Amino acid sequence: MADPSPKPARVQLFATCLVEAFFPETALAAVELIEREGVEVVFPAGQTCCGQPAYNAGHRNEARAAARRQLSALAGDLPVVVPSASCAGMMKHHYPRLFSDPAEREAAERLAHRVVEFGEFLVRGLGVRLRDAGPPLRVAWHSSCHALREMGVVLFAKALLAGLARVDVVPLARETECCGFGGIFAVKHPALSAAMAEDKLADLAATGAERLIAGDCGCLLHLQGAIEARGLPLRVQHLAEFLRERVHGG
Amino acid sequence: MGDSGFEARVEQALADAGLRRNFASAMGGFAARRLAVFPDAAALERLREQGAAARRRALARLPELLEELERALVGNGIHVHWAETAAVGNRIVLEILEAHGVRRVVKGKSMVSEEMHLNAFLARHGIDAVETDLGEFIIQLAGETPSHIIVPAVHKNRAQIARLFHEKIPGTPYTEEVAELNAVARRTLRRMFREAGAGLSGVNFAVAATGTLCLVENEGNGRMCTGVPPLHIAVMGIEKVIERLEDLPPLLRLLTGSATGQRVTTYVNLISGPRRAGDPDGPREVHVVLLDNGRSAVYADPELRATLQCIRCGCCLNHCPVYTRIGGHAYGTTYPGPIGKVLTPQLAGLERAGGLPFASTLCGACEEVCPVKIPLTRLLRRLREETVRAGAAGGAGAGALERLAWRGYGLSAQHPRLYRLLFACGRWLGGLMPPVAALERWGRAHAEPRFARLSLRRLFRKRGIPDA
Ligand code: SF4
Repeated sequence: MADPSPKPARVQLFATCLVEAFFPETALAAVELIEREGVEVVFPAGQTCCGQPAYNAGHRNEARAAARRQLSALAGDLPVVVPSASCAGMMKHHYPRLFSDPAEREAAERLAHRVVEFGEFLVRGLGVRLRDAGPPLRVAWHSSCHALREMGVVLFAKALLAGLARVDVVPLARETECCGFGGIFAVKHPALSAAMAEDKLADLAATGAERLIAGDCGCLLHLQGAIEARGLPLRVQHLAEFLRERVHGG
Repeated sequence: MGDSGFEARVEQALADAGLRRNFASAMGGFAARRLAVFPDAAALERLREQGAAARRRALARLPELLEELERALVGNGIHVHWAETAAVGNRIVLEILEAHGVRRVVKGKSMVSEEMHLNAFLARHGIDAVETDLGEFIIQLAGETPSHIIVPAVHKNRAQIARLFHEKIPGTPYTEEVAELNAVARRTLRRMFREAGAGLSGVNFAVAATGTLCLVENEGNGRMCTGVPPLHIAVMGIEKVIERLEDLPPLLRLLTGSATGQRVTTYVNLISGPRRAGDPDGPREVHVVLLDNGRSAVYADPELRATLQCIRCGCCLNHCPVYTRIGGHAYGTTYPGPIGKVLTPQLAGLERAGGLPFASTLCGACEEVCPVKIPLTRLLRRLREETVRAGAAGGAGAGALERLAWRGYGLSAQHPRLYRLLFACGRWLGGLMPPVAALERWGRAHAEPRFARLSLRRLFRKRGIPDA
């Protein structure tokens, strides 16, 4: 692991569409955890969706249009913190590939360098030490595909969880297997998507953990929808919300 | 879009608990054996780099390398035939067999012959092609196609095989004893090896510098097919060529380790020509059929070309969360799984198979294990774009409604006000999803997501978080 970079005075938050639409608490929690380290958070107003839904659905023009919007909304040179590894991955690894115009590509490269996933930022950007004030709890961790394979940030989330004195992180069978969301995949192949969610939830139930923690709102939306439809006594939660809860004492 | 039969087969496969169990456990076993044979992640990564480099090097000069291969093969006394399509390939094989008056051929495992539907073609011309790989033998008895490119009968359990042997092989009592079932197959096949007028095989690698055909297998049937009958015909895709013998060891290690978790297969056959004067055995004539069947078009695209790096180890199937749940038959293609979703639309066309690349979460488990580092998710995404483009041009691909939805998405992503207005609508409607059929299907297995009650901007303003 590289040395933590010097702590910035301010950062920009890129909230992501799913957080804006369904999980605003995730953004609030992320902001709170960053601010308590003495770093100011700004929320650039012109931001929208990163473009990944269109990009993965084969609609490259729409994805490029979305990327252009974020390039202008997130102008500047502050770090851009993203509470979702898949959106962060889109901006970091795919934005530069969307543009053939050299100036635009360079702007995309610059943004790509500034983008940092939330868990990684807490660890490497801020070097946080969180005091666990919550009651003893067993949780499991879900390695989202983008956090794991594209962004390589699972180790940071796990380090954060391991730092919580009274949280027991129990191993999840097939931890690295996809939960079955996949954006357009869930819409085009709902039966397959549901089968994958079911297996993931069965693995979770088998751990006896009280919650499943993840860093990607796509997985959370998918799994929560499946839990509610089946009336299962399980719970999923974003890493930021979970960490905030622990430092508050639950 | 695409193949509505696919969805139906998927639902059928998902409903078959036994099938799901068979696949999950078999694939889990392969994944574990692979890890055991490649315990050192850094060493594996170096090996994969080496393998990928060898394949890229070969593909970078494919046309001249193929000419070099042809010269070397001919120099070794091997007859070389070029087949632009599967139909031409089938014809060539038939003509060779007819010229020798052959009525029965024994076959080693070959996915290219599956791609050509060679057995059915030969049967129509009165020639009996007998599969001799145990897995292929089983599915031939059952009248099925392979459900996996390495273990073609992996969907069958022992009881199913026992019943099949009992019903289809005269004089076979019902038994679930593996040793006895093996013995039955061996007895049946021995006779075939002796009587067959020709042997047919695939090729794992063809070495251009030396004109050597490399064929790996575990049962010895490949050696029998290529060594016992007086005539041997090998069929191979043109992408199987590699530059030199030195490339073989790393590629073989990657192939067998990724496929079955073995360090080396029981048999490694290096075929360098027909029987020479003084040789005690071997075929008197060896032919190679080099099949294009759409591969040149794949080669012509610099990005899609990576598809041809594939060494058909099946590792991406074993690790695919979709394949391991539905098995190979649900795809309805010769090549299933991640590589099938990438290869089939390119060989069969977007019209027929353009929907397949969408049957993936793009989770990347496949490319993480691919021994020759094919960027499978990038290729899947690229093919989705092609399908969408073809749809816009009136071919397969998204319907008008779907295109309209994406147009709307693009607008809202460009205009923050419109974007926020949509979320506001979601809030006002209390999460009433638009009555779109696709979303309704999603809703069967999912509770409706609830829109946040307050907009993020309002929440942030209340807390004094600046929005510029
Ligand atoms: S794509 Fe890679 S993993 Fe899949 S069969 Fe080909 S070589 Fe093996």
